[in-house]
Amino acid sequence: MITLYDYELSGNCYKLRLMMSFLGIGYKTVPVDFYPGREHKSEWFLKLNPLGQLPVLEDDGLLLRDAQAILVYLASKYDPSNRWYPRDNPALLGEISQWLAFADGITGTASAARLHDGLFYELDIDAARVGAHRLFRILDEHLWFGEQEGRDWICSANHPTIADVACFPYVILSEEGGIPRQDYPAIRRWCDRVKRIKGFIVMSGVFPAGPAKAA
Amino acid sequence: MPMATHCSDRVLLNDWHVVADGSALPANVPFSTCLLGVDLSISARNDGAIRIVRADTGARVNSVQRYGFLWACLGKPERDILYIPEADEPDRHLVSGGSIAVKVSGLRAVENFLDMGHFPFIHTGWLGEEPHTEVVPYKVEITNQDEVLATECKFYQPIASPTARKGMIVDYIYKVIRPYTVALYKSNPLQKDRLDVITLFVQPVDEENCVAHPYLCYLKDGMDAATVRSFMQLIFAQDKPILENQVPKRLPLDPRAETPIRADAVSVYYRRWLRDRAVTYGAIPAHA
Repeated sequence: MITLYDYELSGNCYKLRLMMSFLGIGYKTVPVDFYPGREHKSEWFLKLNPLGQLPVLEDDGLLLRDAQAILVYLASKYDPSNRWYPRDNPALLGEISQWLAFADGITGTASAARLHDGLFYELDIDAARVGAHRLFRILDEHLWFGEQEGRDWICSANHPTIADVACFPYVILSEEGGIPRQDYPAIRRWCDRVKRIKGFIVMSGVFPAGPAKAA
Repeated sequence: MPMATHCSDRVLLNDWHVVADGSALPANVPFSTCLLGVDLSISARNDGAIRIVRADTGARVNSVQRYGFLWACLGKPERDILYIPEADEPDRHLVSGGSIAVKVSGLRAVENFLDMGHFPFIHTGWLGEEPHTEVVPYKVEITNQDEVLATECKFYQPIASPTARKGMIVDYIYKVIRPYTVALYKSNPLQKDRLDVITLFVQPVDEENCVAHPYLCYLKDGMDAATVRSFMQLIFAQDKPILENQVPKRLPLDPRAETPIRADAVSVYYRRWLRDRAVTYGAIPAHA
């Protein structure tokens, strides 16, 4: 049985809950009192992840940290359709890796701003917001040009990949960090498409898509 | 960026407000916060001594620690911090739910806490679900302690608490104790004659920003403290984006400003009670 060391309000933990829901696989969670308990810095947790960060996933004796790395693992092992992380398509794998790194950048900016505004983290809030807007502008343009070519997802495939799962949570939670998405229409449309993927689940702060209407 | 609005409500200036969760205060590093538009610097020494000073004048502010929280009073304290009898019961967890900043007037946060109507739509699958959307009539009164009290509140909840295994009709009592303090009493799933208590101390940062400091008094029976806390955060974080998107951010006290329905009876009482007590901070006052 997969064990996820989890915190409800973490967008990085949500990535994995979302991925496992898309894949339809079962798991159990060990709740970690991230706030205010700072249990991710506790002695027992540092043994699991010396970086003191969530999430951590355990499966079959394998212990993994880092949301993006775990997405790679889950999709490689548990996706018989081989679509979320197509192991036989080098170009697509390259693209996916590029956007996984981009997702880390979203964590470093949009997620940081959310921790500042909601949970009193001390950091340069203006720099975090400026950084997030820069990434959102790049993502919005990328998605807009994709739409012109008939592409609905971040990578060049006619189906979503783990790159979409990696980028979605801290984009959809950005307003909690004072980063509105009004100026990113292509991002907003992409968020709605992610919400309509079969198996989509929410976390606190994320709402399901409204009922679909014919265009 | 907090708005530097001036508070002139005596009832607020001369009362105690939570300004920090004591367990989350860093030692030897000053913690900055804001109360009623006044920037404060909080220093905690290694020996536990706390000092709060105003950033504008450097003057020391009255402070005490109670229920694990740090409290401040900007004026002259006219009454003691409220008494929570359940905090004296040894078979309860007494924990902070985790302080969370919300970009809305604290009065809006209190009012949201009183509302059952939103359960099926915002806390879907937890505190409510369609088609069980009806808020059956309940009683509201002003107690002789000058609190707003709502009783006989009942609501169907699929997962009412961290230990709930199936849906049940849950009994609630709500009590607004101070303008920025509200408590919820909820039937315990195991000991049906006793109530779990959540008291929400809302810190008015300024008129359009607050910090919610939930204080949880849950029966220990079958429950660990971290689970209670995690459930509280799950629920509160569902409310947060709704609260932050309320327009206007301050609570209108004019009865015609927003249209209540029968389910909002407690909110109608709360707004009138604020009006009668001349609370204007965080509100849009009614025009005479």
